[in-house]
Amino acid sequence: MQPREGQVRIPSGCAISGMFSREGKRMDGSSIIKSIATMHDRSNGLGGGFAGYGIYPEYKDYYAFHIFYDHKAAKLACEEFLEEHFDIINLSKIPTKKHPRITDEPLIWRYFVTPLHTKLKESQLDEKEFVVRSVIKINTKIEGAYVFSSGKDMGVFKAVGYPEDVGEFYRLDEYSGYCWTAHGRYPTNTPGWWGGAHPFAMLDTSIVHNGEISSYDANRRYIEMFGYKCTLLTDTEVITYMIDYLGRRQGLSYEEIANVIAAPFWSTIEGMPPEKRAKFTYLRNVFSSMLITGPFSILLGFEGGMMALNDRLKLRSMVAAEKDDMVYVASEECAIRTICPGPDRIWAPRGGEPVVVTLSTHGQNERSKESA
Amino acid sequence: MGINYLYPDYEVVRNSGRCIACRVCERQCANEVHAFDEEMNVMRSDDAKCVNCHRCVSLCPTRALKIVKTDHTFKENANWTGETIKELYRQAGTGGVLLSSMGNPQPYPVYWDRLLINASQVTNPSIDPLREPMETRTYLGKKPERILRDQNGEIAYNLPPQLTLNVPIMFSAMSYGSISYNAHESLARAARELGTFYNTGEGGLHEDFYEYSANTIVQVASGRFGVHKDYLNAGAAIEIKMGQGAKPGIGGHLPGQKIVDDVSRTRMIPEGSDAISPAPHHDIYSIEDLRQLVYSLKEATDYKKPIIVKIAAVHNVAAIASGVARSGADIIAIDGFRGGTGAAPTRIRDNVGIPIELALASVDARLRDEGIRNHVSIVVGGSIRSSADVVKAIALGADAVYIATGALLALGCHLCRSCQAGKCNWGIATQEPELVKRLNPDVGSERLQNLVHAWEHEIKEMMGGMGINSIEALKGNRLMLRGIGLNEKELSILGVKYAGE
Repeated sequence: MQPREGQVRIPSGCAISGMFSREGKRMDGSSIIKSIATMHDRSNGLGGGFAGYGIYPEYKDYYAFHIFYDHKAAKLACEEFLEEHFDIINLSKIPTKKHPRITDEPLIWRYFVTPLHTKLKESQLDEKEFVVRSVIKINTKIEGAYVFSSGKDMGVFKAVGYPEDVGEFYRLDEYSGYCWTAHGRYPTNTPGWWGGAHPFAMLDTSIVHNGEISSYDANRRYIEMFGYKCTLLTDTEVITYMIDYLGRRQGLSYEEIANVIAAPFWSTIEGMPPEKRAKFTYLRNVFSSMLITGPFSILLGFEGGMMALNDRLKLRSMVAAEKDDMVYVASEECAIRTICPGPDRIWAPRGGEPVVVTLSTHGQNERSKESA
Repeated sequence: MGINYLYPDYEVVRNSGRCIACRVCERQCANEVHAFDEEMNVMRSDDAKCVNCHRCVSLCPTRALKIVKTDHTFKENANWTGETIKELYRQAGTGGVLLSSMGNPQPYPVYWDRLLINASQVTNPSIDPLREPMETRTYLGKKPERILRDQNGEIAYNLPPQLTLNVPIMFSAMSYGSISYNAHESLARAARELGTFYNTGEGGLHEDFYEYSANTIVQVASGRFGVHKDYLNAGAAIEIKMGQGAKPGIGGHLPGQKIVDDVSRTRMIPEGSDAISPAPHHDIYSIEDLRQLVYSLKEATDYKKPIIVKIAAVHNVAAIASGVARSGADIIAIDGFRGGTGAAPTRIRDNVGIPIELALASVDARLRDEGIRNHVSIVVGGSIRSSADVVKAIALGADAVYIATGALLALGCHLCRSCQAGKCNWGIATQEPELVKRLNPDVGSERLQNLVHAWEHEIKEMMGGMGINSIEALKGNRLMLRGIGLNEKELSILGVKYAGE
């Protein structure tokens, strides 16, 4: 039998694409499918996926768990665990459409949950940490169950297949959100199961990534000190955990996170004005094991925002564009122009320089109105 | 002669057709191997005095000399080897403990040589160090657990004292006394030029070398030789020597003949007295005592210097290191059983301790399991022989390495392993002025810089091949290593996969 992703480390090439409405306009999933489909040849049919933000306004205050089950026993065991630790507000199969090129699907379920007060109190953890640990527990302890999405008002949809087929399979044209990211994967080996596809997500942070980082094991062994467990052995998984740790647990801003994981060269830091130099030196020294080397372009989705970042040598292509309130980022310009033919501005962000976009005040207001 | 007679291990071979009887060999040999026979007008040599240091060979202007291993032999016996028999005779003759120098020469496995380094192909690019920046700067010291912010939301710089290294290679502890003034000067000057550190060892700091204090690690060992407040404050860091890889469990030995004028003043002990450090620190009988010494030294230096605790690699090294990491130490130095020494009991040198590769791997893994790896930096030594060893050590989890035998080789040492005799013909492990002056610090410091620069280039080439352009991304990156010729247990301790996996 071929090993599953997680039992071996599988390098991949990829395509990524993302779109974001600063005004919080909700767009259905058809545009992002069209965008990623343009880069068909950057994937090889062994993995595709999407993340949508603002897609569950009616359950905005609940964690949306998307779970793959290999078999019924896993579902029973997992549901038992969920019932013990969470209040389950709603549960259902995730709606899918039979697709000739998407086969061998696992059981795919969705749960809207909130931690049980008593359990949360007992754990002495804050709510998010409680959710993170629960997810890691399910993924490492319950054989055949895998939580692949766990944020609020967002969801990840992924499978083994070409991304455009995956999008149709999950009926993404029926969801609408203010931010979408997409991933088409070109792994060197068969991943063996759907969990290995991207995006990878933890709470509301999701990542699509193109690259093969050379710092992988240094990063993995460091982040695993803090309660994370890298089970997939993919770059995306470890980068997600690193960003979660730096942002949620150390309180760094997204720009500061970029300055850690794609830190400027010492020679650049030496040339900075004193205050800036002190800050960059401090971050690079304190989080030296969080530096990522080797090629990567990532699109990070989070509640109310999106960040695009290249490795510091820009060893992977990545283009960004703006049109009115929309921001687009993709591996190739064609993936932007196919859905936005006349952008106001189009540029290639420099290596290590993050592009961070967040909802405008108006956009934030729109978002809170929806839930009211 | 008679029952105590041992045939010499090495024979001096002189090509009489080349020898011009210039008597250079005679003047160069402090062991008095060579003598001129005026009657016959030829040079003669006494093989029994030869330590095989190659001084005469190197300086013979007509290449008339070579040293060969003798073919004189006992009847072959895999159990009672010639070496074993001779050592037994010597002990039967004297009743003494066998002494020797430098690192363990026995044929134990060298794990560095059973680890292979990765390189990028196709799926990600290698990086060309001739065309792209390649960074080797390393900070040693404890890292804060939490980012703190001031009232304006700016990051508060809560970083404990750190050492900044341009390359992750430092010169390990060798005391003034065990090695010469000129050797120390060479090390100090090279450390300053290279942007790294040398280590005083346990013999104090000569007053002339305070000018290099920004690149000096001062050591506090069980004998406390040369320790005073100015000395502690002179160093960039303070190292508490709990143990040494060459002789775990015992203290330093320096024979009285090496305690001459300046050495005696620097060590603060009488001339000619043997400097035998106690086996333990008599104020440290347990881990909580170590914590007190760590904090005493921090108090004495106003919390401005990182404290290094140096331990020998012994069986329980992971648990010991974990205890040290909780003692307030900023850096742990681990010394493997192949580490060198100026003098050690032979049986201890050859039989006590464990290889540094296994010790490093298990310490790094244990500290990560405990979640305290970033509370301390790890420096390893004993023995690092090449840039490849450095790359492998860092990939296993070290922050930096210590080199000492390698540094002495750069200064001219030929590894004759006779340091304890104090007659080093290369001017390194001696205090005899005529010998010391053979080592020119201008040349010595330049050769040390050359060595480290050469290694630095090679490290960058290997990093670039792996697609890594900064040394911190190599630290603990064990996927970059594969084992060869190792069993399952060795692989699991080293935390690496087998080649081909």
